[in-house]
Amino acid sequence: MSTISVRLPTVLRPAANGQSVVSVGGSTVGEVVDGLVSDYPGLGANLLDDAGALRKFVNVYVNDEDIRFLDKLDTAVAAGDDVTILPAVAGG
Amino acid sequence: MPVLSSITELVGNTPVVDVSQLSPNPDVRLLAKLEMQNPAGSVKDRIALSMIRDAEEQGRLTPGSTLIEPSSGNTGIALAMLARLGGYHLKIVLPENVTMERRAALEAFGAEIVPSPAAEGSNGAVRRAEKLAGEHPDWLFLYQYGNEANPRAHYRTTGPEILRDVPDLTHFVAGLGTSGTLMGVGSYLKEHRPDIKVIAVEPPSGERVEGLRSLDDGYVPPVFDEWDGMELLDGKRIVRPLDSLRWTRRLVDEAGVFAGPSSGAALCGAAAVAERIDEGVILFIVCDGGWKYLSTGAYSGDLEEMAAKLDEVIYF
Repeated sequence: MSTISVRLPTVLRPAANGQSVVSVGGSTVGEVVDGLVSDYPGLGANLLDDAGALRKFVNVYVNDEDIRFLDKLDTAVAAGDDVTILPAVAGG
Repeated sequence: MPVLSSITELVGNTPVVDVSQLSPNPDVRLLAKLEMQNPAGSVKDRIALSMIRDAEEQGRLTPGSTLIEPSSGNTGIALAMLARLGGYHLKIVLPENVTMERRAALEAFGAEIVPSPAAEGSNGAVRRAEKLAGEHPDWLFLYQYGNEANPRAHYRTTGPEILRDVPDLTHFVAGLGTSGTLMGVGSYLKEHRPDIKVIAVEPPSGERVEGLRSLDDGYVPPVFDEWDGMELLDGKRIVRPLDSLRWTRRLVDEAGVFAGPSSGAALCGAAAVAERIDEGVILFIVCDGGWKYLSTGAYSGDLEEMAAKLDEVIYF
């Protein structure tokens, strides 16, 4: 299991003691998210739905690539990888 | 060249320029489709014309009608040009953190600006426009995020132009805003050449938006869902302001293409694709020119300082 740094958007920072970057262990994005929720339970309802899937308006990126187009929560992560969580917003 | 009967005849049919000198891989060509060549200066001329014509044909727009639309600039400017021609009143809900040039261009075309709070970003502008449209049922709300005529414009024009001009295309890269360009062009390309990969780039806008109370205030454009964006796209990546700006500068420094920062983001995404394939031809969209961003100092001065400044404005 590797230690991964996770960047949080402004909207989620209050649930993580105000931090913008936190370190969590895991070898897949799913494990990282589980670790995150276990360290900061307030994040749980924000990230996952009742079935444990990523909520529609949550985007998770590994090294800036959206995991929905990789292997979703099974996307592998290794030491040195960056995970970024962002809310989906409008452009245009 | 024949004399044109209207400025609208200049919409579309934009040129493609080879900028392979910027490719990190000698076996991958990089091509820029110059949407700033449209008459109101951006890719949004196509969807504005398509949405206006659609509404006119349905009898929902007649001279004297009032239109309302949320826009961080380019759609608003394109609609404003067309509103002048059609004799419509146009109200644009514009986030306060766009460049002064975007605001000035809207004013030049006679649009009325309804400001929305900077902290709420584009999502706030969409909500405000929805509310105002609800209160004024006589106003026409084109709603670019959910209007079929938006992706259809790209399906009918941009997509066919690309395959006509670049028959050996392997990858298409564009910015994700309303998702209209990616859905329309992507659908057309996949129908005719299923092997072509379609890649989206987006800015990390959600990082700083403070108006969100929770992630449930997030927003996915209906166009993205209706055109099955999850199935259509082969990849999506964020490009941060620093990289957007770095590539925007390289585009003008090394290829003479003076573009806005979202085009640098698309080029950055194209370069990332070029690095991981053996060979290919990647076309990316240059959404608009650099003119509307000069006041940010984006093209000169310290790169990191300018990127931090760019992070404060909406440029997609």
